[in-house]
Amino acid sequence: MQTNPQPELTQETISAELAERHAAAREEAAAGRPMRAHPSRDFAPYRSTTLRHPTHELVRADPEEIELVSPAFGHTDVADDEADLTIQHSGEPLGERIIVTGRVLDGDGRPVRNQLIELWQANASGRYVHKRDQHPAPLDPNFTGVGRVITGEDGSYRLTTIKPGAYPWKNHRNAWRPAHIHFSFFGTAFTQRLVTQMYFPGDPLFALDPIYQSILDPAARERLVATYDHGVSEPEWALGYRWDVVLTGPKSTWMEPEDADHA
Amino acid sequence: MPEQYPTDATGAAEAFDATDRPGAHTHPDEHRGPIGQTPSQTVGPFFGYALPYEGGPDVRAPWLPDAIRFHGTLYDGAGDPIPDAIIEIWGADAEGRPSTERGAFDRDQHGFAGFGRAAVARDGHYSFTTIKPGAMREGSAPYLLVAVFARGVLQHLFTRAYFGDESEANATDPLLSKVDPARRDTLIAEPDDDRSYRFDIRLQGEGETIFLDYGIEV
Repeated sequence: MQTNPQPELTQETISAELAERHAAAREEAAAGRPMRAHPSRDFAPYRSTTLRHPTHELVRADPEEIELVSPAFGHTDVADDEADLTIQHSGEPLGERIIVTGRVLDGDGRPVRNQLIELWQANASGRYVHKRDQHPAPLDPNFTGVGRVITGEDGSYRLTTIKPGAYPWKNHRNAWRPAHIHFSFFGTAFTQRLVTQMYFPGDPLFALDPIYQSILDPAARERLVATYDHGVSEPEWALGYRWDVVLTGPKSTWMEPEDADHA
Repeated sequence: MPEQYPTDATGAAEAFDATDRPGAHTHPDEHRGPIGQTPSQTVGPFFGYALPYEGGPDVRAPWLPDAIRFHGTLYDGAGDPIPDAIIEIWGADAEGRPSTERGAFDRDQHGFAGFGRAAVARDGHYSFTTIKPGAMREGSAPYLLVAVFARGVLQHLFTRAYFGDESEANATDPLLSKVDPARRDTLIAEPDDDRSYRFDIRLQGEGETIFLDYGIEV
């Protein structure tokens, strides 16, 4: 039953736009142009980008001290139990209990130590606690869906939560987001800041989703998909997923010509 | 294929086997040279119950004599205010040194951790209290680093807010000197009241703010 007015725009139109952008990206890659790991900010299949992407090239800036260091979070900022999203209420949340673990590394593979990770997500029914979420799926009184953790000396983190559900959005008619968890990371430099989404392996919605598909490099896209890891799963308790995150660092332009405005 | 576990009926687990892709390490000790950046995704519309925190906009307690107000409105390409964005600032102390104070979330009423976070209001307006940083380098002008996250922004945007009452330092600043003079003012927070600076941010179109790349774009 559809009760809300639905946009006219169809999945077929969006999928055709995605195919076109991906074909263009493959041609550029074939011509030897390196593919960006990050999404294209100007990505019309995700309609909300239309008026929210800059039209000018970004200007290359030499990082100064403030851009080469990061805010100093620490264990006083985050309580240990914030890494377990299933114990924030008096009862157990509904859904599939999961463990998500991995390491945060820099581009040379060095651990990002003692840094803050934040996460937020929908519940097992695909509903966010956020007041503007209108999806008519049930809230879970035992699940808020917000957590924080500080990485260890080896850059590792470990979280316990519930596998989120897919949910509808209004980008186009019958648009559904693949199940995902939102993550926020701080590196050793503020310019390594990353906000992203972690997905689950084998989701049938990947091919249809303009947000996931805004990353044009297929290898980069897959870096957002956690791996099921049976060694992380705990018997009679929870399924385990592994997801490593890489935050590459800022580069100085000092060695380059003065007008190195080529970003 | 080091497939150790049964796949589902569609073989989907195999399709997403991660062991060969850069940036993924099935075993923590396994490392093979430079690894791939994890891509960004939009912060989405539903961060409001997760990212803001108490005292987030108050990098410096408002009643302290060196506190300044740093505020403005975020606009889209149609000139409309953006109601669902979150802004972060990161700035040096008055001597131009980045804070190394632990506890950037813990608001010590007398300290200065340098980091602030503020969700915009429904009218697109954001507001921080912080201190005016000192210049970090000889020949550079002082500035706050600003990051913008929003629904529809697939990768957050960095900019710098320099200060309108620092014209002498601004005149020699390496970044302000090299940008298009017609757009330079988009990097300047203008004094609009006693100890208050206004920094509007335009994501697109007329008066589009200059956004910065630190060599991490590719």
